[in-house]
Amino acid sequence: MEMVSAQRQKVHPHKFTLWIAIGSIIMMFAGLTSAYIVKGSLPGWSTVEMPKIFFYSTGVMLLSSFTVQFALKSFKERKMNLYRRLLTLTAVLGILFIVLQVMGFEQLTASGVFLSGSTGAGQFLYVIFGLHAVHVLGGAVALLVMFFKAFSRKFRNYNAVPVEVISTYWHFVDVLWLYLFIFFLIKR
Amino acid sequence: MSNEAALHGHSEVAHSHEVHHGDDHGHHHKETFITKYVFSQDHKMIAKQFLITGMIWAILGGLMSVLFRLQLGYPDQSFPWLEDILGRWAKGGHISAENYYALVTMHGTVLVFFVLTGGLSGTFANFLIPLQIGARDMASPMMNMLSYWFFFGGSVVMLSSLFIQTGPFSGGWTAYPPLSALGSASPGSKTGMDLWIIAMAMFVISSLLGGLNYVSTVLNMRTKGMSMTKMPLTMWALFFTAVLGILSFPVLLSGFVLLLFDRHAGTSFYLSDIYITGVGALPNEGGSAILYQHLFWFLGHPEVYIILLPAMGIASEVLSVNSRKPIFGYMAMVGSMFAITILAFLVWAHHMFVTGLNPFLGSVFVLLTLLIAVPSAIKVFNWLTTIWKANIRFTPGMMFAIGFVSLFISGGLTGIFLGNSTLDIHLHDTYFVIAHFHIVMGVSAFFGMFAGVYHWFPKMYGRFMNNTMAYIHFWVTLIGAYLIFWPMHYEGLAGMPRRYWDYSIWESFKQFSELNKFISTVAIIVFAAQLMFVFNFFYSIFKGRKVTVQNPWGATTLEWTAPIRPGHGNWPGEIPEVHRWAYDYSKDGRDFIPQTEPVGADESKHH
Ligand code: HEM
Ligand SMILES: [Cu+2]
Repeated sequence: MEMVSAQRQKVHPHKFTLWIAIGSIIMMFAGLTSAYIVKGSLPGWSTVEMPKIFFYSTGVMLLSSFTVQFALKSFKERKMNLYRRLLTLTAVLGILFIVLQVMGFEQLTASGVFLSGSTGAGQFLYVIFGLHAVHVLGGAVALLVMFFKAFSRKFRNYNAVPVEVISTYWHFVDVLWLYLFIFFLIKR
Repeated sequence: MSNEAALHGHSEVAHSHEVHHGDDHGHHHKETFITKYVFSQDHKMIAKQFLITGMIWAILGGLMSVLFRLQLGYPDQSFPWLEDILGRWAKGGHISAENYYALVTMHGTVLVFFVLTGGLSGTFANFLIPLQIGARDMASPMMNMLSYWFFFGGSVVMLSSLFIQTGPFSGGWTAYPPLSALGSASPGSKTGMDLWIIAMAMFVISSLLGGLNYVSTVLNMRTKGMSMTKMPLTMWALFFTAVLGILSFPVLLSGFVLLLFDRHAGTSFYLSDIYITGVGALPNEGGSAILYQHLFWFLGHPEVYIILLPAMGIASEVLSVNSRKPIFGYMAMVGSMFAITILAFLVWAHHMFVTGLNPFLGSVFVLLTLLIAVPSAIKVFNWLTTIWKANIRFTPGMMFAIGFVSLFISGGLTGIFLGNSTLDIHLHDTYFVIAHFHIVMGVSAFFGMFAGVYHWFPKMYGRFMNNTMAYIHFWVTLIGAYLIFWPMHYEGLAGMPRRYWDYSIWESFKQFSELNKFISTVAIIVFAAQLMFVFNFFYSIFKGRKVTVQNPWGATTLEWTAPIRPGHGNWPGEIPEVHRWAYDYSKDGRDFIPQTEPVGADESKHH
């Protein structure tokens, strides 16, 4: 293999590292959802009614994937004002998503599904959705960092890699959410 | 991104896209003591930090084993001096049952994770990857530094659990619930367990940060000409190790998350309505402790290969260099490591044959488990063929590499016994298992590590280690290890269970009391030999014979083309270009041909 030419076409190491990290996170949730399947086949299992609010949070999450994609696009076209606005919007949607999740948890609790007590889908739902929300929160923090960087006057920033990294990550937590949500809808 | 950009931090300014194999590297950082020795981002310094932290842990973990071996060998004797040094750990000169279990648990945790995973991969992946693939540093030196500091933080937390009132966790290194999930189960299950989880979580993060970096560096930062199949086997081994870690540690983390919820939020993932004396029936319902075992062993089995693969890589390299022969079956070696990596994920239930696993499922796992013997045997065959009729240089590194092969064979054979579920019904949780995994994983991985340390010490510190001490170290450790663990097979076959505090009160196992004394005595001698190694190591850093030539072993690989004491960036000029594989020894009448030498027109073909 001729390395020089290959070197140029290669994925940027940061993006590459992100992909491996994504693989790692996938394994984590694969572990949790397979634990769910194992437990679901044991006696004494109880299921839960999915609170409606999680459908709204799904919508918010999907929307935020669009905004982050447009943010990347506007960054590449050097429309910096638009970029900043879309970035902010994405972060806000991310926070809104987390708020909706918390409200969803409250609805669950109100309907008598608790974290403590006997086993069931509810306990997994709290833990798995909670861990997912933590990953969204991490993304939102990264977005905020990008946001402030975009305002810095010290240096002009033409490097799209960090923006690409964050948008890929954001799409990933979106897809991850869809997987988890559908998983919980189907597997009861 | 170019190597240069990696070295100089990632200035996110415009030009980081253009690949310049420039000539302006060298050193223009101002290095202070702090940035050079403490918060270093140089992969070589980070490797040394991992190594020395690992050594401290190995001494502590080894000391723990000496203490509990005293109890096992001399259960009815009291050692007043123990109370003098250990205080409440040894009231009346006896290691109490509770403390015995704490020691055993910490010994296992520390050696498996902090020494043989963190210490071994952390040291050699960091030290060798950039040097052997021809890179100035890791893909992300910053993450690499964080990886060490998470390791260090985890170490501090784990260490601190030794000093708290209720003592460290004492439910075994595998931390099965309910002992790990229920604070009231034992003193060690209280704060000690929380600290254990925190320390392990930090350790997992450290491994993930390190692993991401290793994979990304091997795949992206190889120098010109260094195709994957031109890499030395150490690189392949460390690469597969990292892949295993990245895919299996997160699952362990999930297991720990559920454990934390069971401990503190009242969930019933692992806990059910069991009855505890003094507490009564638990309010939990429906939890399954077996679930934890699945999650644990899904990591746990790959983990044993995370420990072993680096040792395999190191042994391959050291054997070939000191045999002055190419490694036999390079592609077969890579292929079998790949097979091991895949199979490692498919055999975890062999640790759970007696948990009530469906016997049909059990037989599937028997088959998959025994399949691992195939790539393992291929590797052994290739190592033996490599040293067959070779002109061997018996350097200390080489001795340990040969010892590694010997131990791997001995321990692998007993794996075949255990891998049969019917035999395992008898052997499970006996000393046979202890003997199996100490030989195949514990001691043999240590031998791989020693081989690596003796072999690359000249590159790390620009000096040699003392040979006389090294040979004594080798013979005492090899003979001692066999004397300690060989008889344990026998005890295990006789049914002697593991994890008991005092066997002398058992009619069936009284007969082993002399044997147990013998094992304990040898263990103390072997431990002393390790202290001599530690002395040799530190003495040689300052007083060892100086390395005067760039390539003292006459090796082909890239690290020996760097200066004797390479600075940050490894090569003062351009990174060398690679033209051939790493194993051109005794070829066309030449002792060795470095990887950097272009292939001659009339050269004979190798593989
Ligand atoms: C031919 C290859 C091997 C086979 C078939 C095999 C099989 C087994 C089986 C079936 C057990 C479970 C025994 C029981 O608990 O009843 C076991 C335990 C173990 N093996 Fe192996 N093994 C092999 C190689 C290895 C290697 C290469 C390592 C490490 C590098 C290793 C490390 C361990 C450890 C750490 C345990 C016990 C863990 C514990 O229960 O505390 N094995 N092995
Ligand atoms: Cu295993």
